[in-house]
Amino acid sequence: MSSPAASPVTSQSAGGVVARRAAIAIAVLALIAVPYAVQQVYYVNIASQILLYAVFALGLDVLVGYAGLVSLGHAGLFGVAGYVVAYLLAAGHGHAFAILAGLAAGLVGTAGFAALALRATGISFIMITLALGEIIWGLAYRWISITGGDNGISVSTRPAPFGLSLDSPRTFYVATLIVFLLAVVSVRIFVRSPFGAALCGTRDQPRRMNALGYHVWMIRFWAFMFSGLLTSVAGILFVYYTEFISPQALALTASAEGLLMVISGGAGTLLGPVVGAALVVIVKNVVSAYITRWNFMLGAIFVAIVVFMPEGLVPGAVRLTRLAWRSASRQKGATKSAAASAARPQS
Amino acid sequence: MTALAVSNLCKSFGGLRVTSDINLDVAPGERRLIIGPNGAGKTTLFNLITGEITPDSGSVALFGRDITRTPSRKRSHLGMARTYQIITLFAHDTIERNVMLALLGLSPLRWNPLLPLDRQRHLVEQAHVALNRVGLGHIAARPLAQTSYGERRRVEIAMALAQNPKLLLLDEPFAGLSIDERQDVRKLLAAIPRDVTIVMIEHDMDTALDLADRITLLHFGEVIVEGTRAEVVADPRTREVYLGE
Repeated sequence: MSSPAASPVTSQSAGGVVARRAAIAIAVLALIAVPYAVQQVYYVNIASQILLYAVFALGLDVLVGYAGLVSLGHAGLFGVAGYVVAYLLAAGHGHAFAILAGLAAGLVGTAGFAALALRATGISFIMITLALGEIIWGLAYRWISITGGDNGISVSTRPAPFGLSLDSPRTFYVATLIVFLLAVVSVRIFVRSPFGAALCGTRDQPRRMNALGYHVWMIRFWAFMFSGLLTSVAGILFVYYTEFISPQALALTASAEGLLMVISGGAGTLLGPVVGAALVVIVKNVVSAYITRWNFMLGAIFVAIVVFMPEGLVPGAVRLTRLAWRSASRQKGATKSAAASAARPQS
Repeated sequence: MTALAVSNLCKSFGGLRVTSDINLDVAPGERRLIIGPNGAGKTTLFNLITGEITPDSGSVALFGRDITRTPSRKRSHLGMARTYQIITLFAHDTIERNVMLALLGLSPLRWNPLLPLDRQRHLVEQAHVALNRVGLGHIAARPLAQTSYGERRRVEIAMALAQNPKLLLLDEPFAGLSIDERQDVRKLLAAIPRDVTIVMIEHDMDTALDLADRITLLHFGEVIVEGTRAEVVADPRTREVYLGE
């Protein structure tokens, strides 16, 4: 599942493909088993939270990892979709309408973000997205007649697709898992497509891509839209999960946490943002029960990752495993040849 | 009709005139060599022709069509391809993938977000054809990070050739190559059919000279001498610029 950003052509052995498919099947089965295997509802909820933030991180990874554009305003887009759904539900509209309107609003917001931020790249891009995110936060905080300000908006019901109520944590987990798997598959297809290859090209050599006939701006724009779609989906899941939204959900710290998930897990990989989301959510919820200063803990973990695996947990683990594998097989070879040379004089 | 017509082209960076009223007419199928000392404005002229920078005045026409205001990405769709003096490749990808990106740039498939790129057999095959032309077919699957400088120069050329250009702009294709590698690249360029017009910047006169039909000498952004190989070599101004006599 963790294909490095830009080398999908590398030929894989048949055994590798089988092992990979088996690993994916086991992972999916394990995810399906969570609500049955885990007794405490608290942990099922944590699992749901991990999956919904994984969707958010995957969306951000499309931009950060594959387009090479670091956004510090994605929580704003997450919030736009979330607030629209919460507002419409509070106003008495149905779930289907609220969700569709939330997605549409998220995409309109994304188009606005993209149109303004894509005038630049690098640091300027980060600063524009940061500013836009802060504008959305400011609206949520100050436009009290719509958003309720600091009090936020409460949502009283969850939808019931096909007559199946999502009110229980276990059914909600299953619904979140389905959305999460769809998100993973869609990003996987996207990354392997010609458009995905073109996007990675604009990240590595924008000038060359332009000379080769690509519309670099437009490629980045559509990648931003895809990223915004996934982010909006995550925002809507969040509103249904907490049944509440307040400006805190779209503050700068939320954007930074998203970025932390992507970078700690491994930007430009499919599995990295998922692992990163699990790490951040677990530290935030589980570790915080034991350590009051969990922020310190998260910071320390992040520093350790940057020092020992600057490429992120997933690519870093792959690298270290290969290294260990190689040195182990070398040692084996060395002992073999030593044994052979020891045997020789006797013969 | 001329393949490339540059008329009264001017470009200044601040107070520095890097391109000063340049006129250039390259016939279809011609091999044109552009020479000149460092800072003569050769690469700037290329960037003006490809549209990476816009001229202050003057015009550029490709096979009779005015492209002065055409965005550079569209010029490749009109049959213009270039290589870079400073190698500009996709370092994380394989050689094959580099060439496939060049092919994809001219294909409507580049907007497709659903199909797997690796399964596009015709693109893979075309990439191999281009790589065989430059003698790299046998290492197509090698990551670019594991290739030599000379191989990368040839990948640059393969990418330009893969786009099947009518006008090929080569910016110092021999730069940084060993004597043997130069001969390989020279043979490769000599084998390009005459339906491709070539404009080439090169410092290495010995290798490039016999490839050229006509030569243009640039100095301080101006055309000093232009003519056939023999004319330019014999011209006293060439000696003056190059040897400082």
